[in-house]
Amino acid sequence: MGSPVKEMLYESGGFFKKQHRIVLRNAGKIDPNRIQDYIAMGGYTALVKCLSSMTPPGIITEILSSGLRGRGGAGFPTGQKWRLVAQANNSPKYIVANLDEGDPGVYANRSIAEADPHAIIEGMLIAAYATGAEKGYIYIRKEYPLAIQTLQKAIDQAKAMSLLGDNILETPLKFDLTLRFGAGAFVAGEETAILASVEGRRAMPRPRPPYPANSGLWQKPTLIQNIETLTNIPLIIQNSAAWFSKTGTPKCTGTKCFSLTGKVKNPGLIEVPMGITLREVVFDIGGGIPDGKKFKAALIGGPSGGCLPEHLLEVPIDYDSLTKVGAIMGSGGIVVLDQDSCMVDTARYFTEFCVDESCGRCTPCRAGLPRMLEIFQKITHGQGEFSDLAVLEKSCHFIREASLCGLGQTAPNPVLTTLRYFKSEYLHHIENKECEAGVCFKTRDEDEPK
Amino acid sequence: MKDDKRRGLLEKVLKDHGYQESALLEILHGAQEIYGFLDKELLTEIAGVLNLPPSQVYGVATFYSFFKLRKPGEHVVTACLGTACYVKGVEPIIAAIEEEFHLKRGGSTEDGKLSILQTRCIGACAMAPIISIDDVIIGKATKEVVIKHIKQVLGETKAEAV
Ligand SMILES: Cc1cc2nc3c(=O)[nH]c(=O)nc-3n(C[C@H](O)[C@H](O)[C@H](O)COP(=O)(O)O)c2cc1C
Ligand code: SF4
Repeated sequence: MGSPVKEMLYESGGFFKKQHRIVLRNAGKIDPNRIQDYIAMGGYTALVKCLSSMTPPGIITEILSSGLRGRGGAGFPTGQKWRLVAQANNSPKYIVANLDEGDPGVYANRSIAEADPHAIIEGMLIAAYATGAEKGYIYIRKEYPLAIQTLQKAIDQAKAMSLLGDNILETPLKFDLTLRFGAGAFVAGEETAILASVEGRRAMPRPRPPYPANSGLWQKPTLIQNIETLTNIPLIIQNSAAWFSKTGTPKCTGTKCFSLTGKVKNPGLIEVPMGITLREVVFDIGGGIPDGKKFKAALIGGPSGGCLPEHLLEVPIDYDSLTKVGAIMGSGGIVVLDQDSCMVDTARYFTEFCVDESCGRCTPCRAGLPRMLEIFQKITHGQGEFSDLAVLEKSCHFIREASLCGLGQTAPNPVLTTLRYFKSEYLHHIENKECEAGVCFKTRDEDEPK
Repeated sequence: MKDDKRRGLLEKVLKDHGYQESALLEILHGAQEIYGFLDKELLTEIAGVLNLPPSQVYGVATFYSFFKLRKPGEHVVTACLGTACYVKGVEPIIAAIEEEFHLKRGGSTEDGKLSILQTRCIGACAMAPIISIDDVIIGKATKEVVIKHIKQVLGETKAEAV
């Protein structure tokens, strides 16, 4: 276990010093089951401010100028999305809060829901007022029982205090909120698939346009927003866009939550200003690698993300810098790998994940990913050939270009980044039939035709 | 169908959701909580009440991995498939369980006492690797601890049966 206690103390630096808690402002400080606690911390004052002194276009301008971008992965400017929904002339309008959090190894959204559920509700209410939406759904995975229970309680309390329903706070605003449960499909987090799932159907993505802002749930204008994005909203309104944009970088304002896991001394949920370097996260906050082992790679962005090597530790964490090196921000997972992990096996693991989670709607993803997995099986069982690497790379580019949704379009990222930064490991597997990390070439029989 | 008490509970779930097609996932979740799993008979019945083609209900149930279409074992070991658990070595633990208790992931032992299922990330990554046995979650799991715990759990049922 070690003794992380000292390093966790604020004064001694370490875990908390480089963090910047905006989204997690109330986490651990209030009782999430008591709306009174949230209100005592200034909760719902942003909503009151909106209703009493701001117009919907004024709110949208404020969100736009804060520079807030979607935290669910794509980084689309939130204010622009709101404006599109507000301008759509069709009703009723809907809001879907995305709490599917499908990336394996990511739990930041769950933590927000369990620690500060009313911040999510307040963010949705402000969005409802600004866009004219009357009905909202929080789509949450069933694997999160405590978060579900906490959110349901929060919704009931908000209803009882006339913060949900008709005539909210004695104004004409009306907004209903219901939970919808996911059921273990990674692709359901994709924005058109989540719509199908909320409607009670198979979570199959569909081509865009039309975009959900114009034609979403039941063909009506729909705002889809990540939980962390929504949690930022009340603070921007309370403290102003200018205050918000002081944190982070000019093109990427505010903070980002990450679940920092894998081989680090202090794993946990962190919130850091945008633009912090990967090195600061892994070594200053995470405390470095335990047991005297050596850092090998950081996986950022989950199964659609990239594996970044040591020489990229100085990369600032923001949407654009990460995309440049082949990774993505994703929804907030950083998994640290040390010398005991094999990068070929890691790429195989993510490819297998995407094969399992592909919805099968389009051919590049449905047929291309299993083909890639076969090549990985060959390489990790000592039958790889050098020509396999070119095939892998070509498949990656094809799947990326030709897939219908983000799952297929980003599934090649872990493969491409490992080919780019850890090619020698692939070569070593093929040439010497050997895995230096000791992960591949296990004799356990491959007997799982699922 | 089936016994009346559970039937009544299912009826309530359907009614609470206003027999709405859009609440199909919630209804299936409810049905699975009541019956433990969703077999064809049950899915056909739900389709009938909601006035939907059985193929549609079946299609939804098979699409989502959370829905169990087969009867699970009396005791269920669940291994987390998340990245953090993988990196921290959940694979060798699953392999050890398979070997020790003679079953395969996704399946059950011949006597139906134990099954191993895999779940998507349960979001407790800082405690990886994670294995749960019935409703007990074991964090920072090791082969030894997990196998010992499973043996205990299996032992209890034998004692009860006597
Ligand atoms: C395969 C796939 C899975 C996704 N999963 C999630 C998810 O679990 N949570 C999330 O907020 N966004 C997820 N997204 C992104 C959403 O499609 C969407 O962009 C996001 O919810 C929009 O909210 P934002 O603008 O606040 O980020 C996923 C996208 C893809 C392609
Ligand atoms: S890319 Fe994959 S997950 Fe997305 S629609 Fe095509 S088959 Fe489905």
